[in-house]
Amino acid sequence: MTTPMVETQTKPKTSKMIVEDMNPDTGTSKLWGLAAEFSTPAEIMEAAKKVRAAGFRWWDCHTPFPVHGLDFAMGVKYTILPILVFFGGITGASIGLILQVFTNSLELNIWAIVPVVGYQFEVSGKPLLSLPAFIPVIFELTMLLSAGTTVMGMFLLNKLPCFYHPVLKSTEMKRLTDDRFYLVIESRDPKFVKPRTEELLESLKPDKIIELEA
Amino acid sequence: MTTLPVDNTTMEKPGERPPLVLGHTSFATVTSEICRPNETRKPPMAWYVTMAISSCMAMMLGALIGYLILTGVGVWGNNNPVMWGFPIVNFVFWVGIGHAGTLISAVLFLFRQNWRTSINRFAEAMTIFAVICAGTFPGIHIGRVWLAYWLFPIPNQMSMWPQFRSPLLWDVFAVGTYFTVSLMFWYVGMVPDLATLRDRATNKIKAVSYGIFALGWRGSMRHWHRYERAYLLLAALATPLVLSVHTIVSFDFAVSQLPGWHTTIFPPYFVAGAIFSGFAMVLTLAIPSRELWGLKNFITLRHLENMAKIILLTGTMVGYAYAMEFFMAWYSGEIYEQFAFINRAFGQYAWAYWIMVSCNVITPQIFWFKWCRRNIWVLFFASLFVNIGMWFERYVITVTSLANDFLPSSWGTFEPTWVDMLTFVGSFGLFMTLFLLFIRFLPILAIAEIKMVMPEADPHAGHDHDHHNHQEESTS
Repeated sequence: MTTPMVETQTKPKTSKMIVEDMNPDTGTSKLWGLAAEFSTPAEIMEAAKKVRAAGFRWWDCHTPFPVHGLDFAMGVKYTILPILVFFGGITGASIGLILQVFTNSLELNIWAIVPVVGYQFEVSGKPLLSLPAFIPVIFELTMLLSAGTTVMGMFLLNKLPCFYHPVLKSTEMKRLTDDRFYLVIESRDPKFVKPRTEELLESLKPDKIIELEA
Repeated sequence: MTTLPVDNTTMEKPGERPPLVLGHTSFATVTSEICRPNETRKPPMAWYVTMAISSCMAMMLGALIGYLILTGVGVWGNNNPVMWGFPIVNFVFWVGIGHAGTLISAVLFLFRQNWRTSINRFAEAMTIFAVICAGTFPGIHIGRVWLAYWLFPIPNQMSMWPQFRSPLLWDVFAVGTYFTVSLMFWYVGMVPDLATLRDRATNKIKAVSYGIFALGWRGSMRHWHRYERAYLLLAALATPLVLSVHTIVSFDFAVSQLPGWHTTIFPPYFVAGAIFSGFAMVLTLAIPSRELWGLKNFITLRHLENMAKIILLTGTMVGYAYAMEFFMAWYSGEIYEQFAFINRAFGQYAWAYWIMVSCNVITPQIFWFKWCRRNIWVLFFASLFVNIGMWFERYVITVTSLANDFLPSSWGTFEPTWVDMLTFVGSFGLFMTLFLLFIRFLPILAIAEIKMVMPEADPHAGHDHDHHNHQEESTS
């Protein structure tokens, strides 16, 4: 009597009886998505092209290293990061120039949390506004803010740090940082219908299909 | 360990790309072999021994700095006229070493030199630790360390600002920016590999501590897309930065009026010297590390040979600069300049000058011979000689010009004290301690990047594991 029950529980993907939003193991958690595991970059490349052609929007590939061309095969739009970095650099250059002119060339009083007073520094007969001597610091601050924008921008656009994610929660996807390639389709995709999506993933000939719970 | 024969030759086969990783057929073996130093329960005895020695040396550095702060800079040999002495010599020495890491990471990345992937991670780590050592010296050289914040433009009750026309202040910004950007570059490169270590962790402590620093990286291709752009941007930003740092360090000398310092050749000459010493230090560290952790399949003889070639190139450039300095001194017709250079070669510091020339100009010339580029022992000892020579270069530049400038009445002599020497030795302890901790607890090679340059990583290679047949198919 109990044996067929166990059978359906351990092989949920063959069962067509499962309620779509329910996880068969616990019966409580929501199904977050389906993952197909591949063992070569070429396989996931082919799979990604087919999934894109099928019209999915909420899907992703998880790979141990960036597979060349996979991002564009998936239809990932080119990132706006370089534009952010450009403005980061402009900000750095402006800060560098204003800082030095204010502190060394002008005698302005401003109020920035505390009273701040500029100082007309006369050194070795150089003019008060000696731009050539200010270039190294302007350059360094440009680099500092551009690089900072690059790193912060990249992580923020990627919505990282993110310490909870169904992909990380799954114990079966641990090899995504080692040698396996996963294609994940999220259940929130309008085209996601569990049996049909599963069929599509099966047709891509993955090594296995994993159900991810939220 | 590996069943395949190891192709450890440096022979170039026409029409074939040389393998960057030897003896590997799968990504999984790459992961497990690189992670082994981090995952092994007991590191080799040599690790404990070197760690014990270097941490003692690092503690000695701390004690000497304490002694210096409690007593005053009189414990050093710095005097009038040689105000700079060991601290600045050591600062320039360490900053120079700190150039190879970012050069390998950034410049070789822009030139698409894929062989960099095996050495970039620990070269970057070396950069960061070298810059930490470098930053220590000017920090303690200011005399009253509790006023170190005067270096930065911080609004204060005295309405006092730094003097932005001074190269010493440019240095604060250059070295500070370089350290920050190198650290970010190193960390960004390491995030996917920290995620690998997190996913392989066998206990909770490891999983959580690697997990925090991995920032929840999950290898998403949408993330990789931005990550790769960010890495390219960082490389593009770090390239002018790495060249600017030693340029600005050389301004500390070149912008002053002192004979022997006041020359326009200094920026390129210092940058070449920095790359030269940095690569020598990478070799000095890579050769024992690859023995210690069995990483010969990743850091191959070909990598060592390439580094030897760069040392030969930059060493020759440095030698050319030495000769050109003499030429310019003669050609300028300026008696102080001429005296400064004759005094360097034949004056009271001639011994230091000739150590410098023999280590920096003559030693790298052996790398014209392939046998020398391929012999581990020759490489190791040549790299040590280059390190010694480059320290003496900074000693010669700093001390000779200060000791004998314009008026003989203001000449002096510099003699280091025991505190000077032991502080320098101690900085090696700090450097080695940090490096040994790094090779034990962090991914020593760039795992994701190495996988990327393997032939298996090509998505057009075919649909099964037998990619060779498919490569032929796709070309037909």
